Amino acid sequence: MNIDGITSGVVIDHITAGKAMQVYRYLHLDQLECPVAIIKNVKSTRMGKKDIIKIDDATFDIDLDALGYLDPGATVNIIRDGVIVEKKHVELPERLTNVIRCKNPRCITTVEPGIDQIFLLTSKEERLYSCAYCDTERK
Amino acid sequence: MRHLLNITDLTVEEINELLALGNDILDHPEKYAHRLEGKKLATLFFEPSTRTRLSFEAAMYELGGHVIGFAGANSSSAAKGESVKDTIRTVACYADIIAMRHPLEGAPVAAAQVATVPIVNAGDGGHHHPTQTLADLMTLNREKGRLSNLKMGLCGDLKFGRTVHSLIGALSRYDNVEFILISPEELKVPSPILRELDEKGIPYREATSLEKEISNLDALYMTRVQRERFFNEEDYVRLKDTYILDAAKMALAKDDMIVMHPLPRVNEISTQVDDDPRACYFKQVNYGKIMRKALMLKLLEE
Repeated sequence: MNIDGITSGVVIDHITAGKAMQVYRYLHLDQLECPVAIIKNVKSTRMGKKDIIKIDDATFDIDLDALGYLDPGATVNIIRDGVIVEKKHVELPERLTNVIRCKNPRCITTVEPGIDQIFLLTSKEERLYSCAYCDTERK
Repeated sequence: MRHLLNITDLTVEEINELLALGNDILDHPEKYAHRLEGKKLATLFFEPSTRTRLSFEAAMYELGGHVIGFAGANSSSAAKGESVKDTIRTVACYADIIAMRHPLEGAPVAAAQVATVPIVNAGDGGHHHPTQTLADLMTLNREKGRLSNLKMGLCGDLKFGRTVHSLIGALSRYDNVEFILISPEELKVPSPILRELDEKGIPYREATSLEKEISNLDALYMTRVQRERFFNEEDYVRLKDTYILDAAKMALAKDDMIVMHPLPRVNEISTQVDDDPRACYFKQVNYGKIMRKALMLKLLEE
């Protein structure tokens, strides 16, 4: 299967196989007007199988925190004029803003309009975050 | 500008300074009678309260200041749907310091994001209640003479009991404190708090029988099972009278064990216990006012 290379944009590589659609949703790629390619189950020497997402838009500003939360092993290649100009390895962010929501029905974030949903990393090993308002934990 | 949202916003040194200041206020109240003249405290109580609100207000009057505020969300624009942040932006124009109680957890954190005056968390849902903890620490310090080397029993609703969460946070920073956590299965201490104790290597034990544990304790902190925290009335009715401290159980306790309770109590401490010299919960009320005075002095004079 052939997918055209992109000349300027972003390639999210080394996505855990099967997670591409989740990444697509978390990064709100459905809202983009530009071409977006989701390639699933690509052969990988390191991972066996991986997913890749290509975004053909030089102005796309990727939310590395959201990607790091969802799939901390992914890499981000910034492409300009057909060349990789920057390669970023994402990792679990210390702080997440408006990526996930607090599930505690008693948390102020359930009713306060316009409030940022803020989570802080409490355990890297367990990939555990806690709500900055009520301390409720979420993975 | 400082806020007090969680007891751990204060360092151990700052807590010790507040306790020393509290002792001085207790011994020489006249020295402090005019210290906050011209200052205004706003008490924003979106949830009912007797002690906390009145003690904040009494504390401010005794320091020479003034008080404005409301008691109950229905008597504020919250009833019209005004957000916490908008309420705080407004009240900060009228007052020098705000004490707020809110039924939702984390509301004071949201308030502090927009506040231009110090915010004091006077209780947020089942989350934190740092000024009660200041009262609790003064009680332990004065009645036991120490905040370290304690076998501390906490009994009742340890899940939604905000005073319990704050007290564990505070005491876990002192040396050689062991927690005995006595609760029904459904009302155990939340896992993030236990994880923190584990990480710090602080000894604790979870238990279900007050009778079995009481003889080992230096202090027993009783709590009420709070109807307002339950979504289901049946669960509340089933759990509310799990623990009742009475004269028979007090007979099993050490002669110098003290009994504390953040109040209000319902059935969990029998009135028989009130005359026992080990009952400290009404002294705790006075210490609460004293420590709120110390705190307001610190936040407004820093």
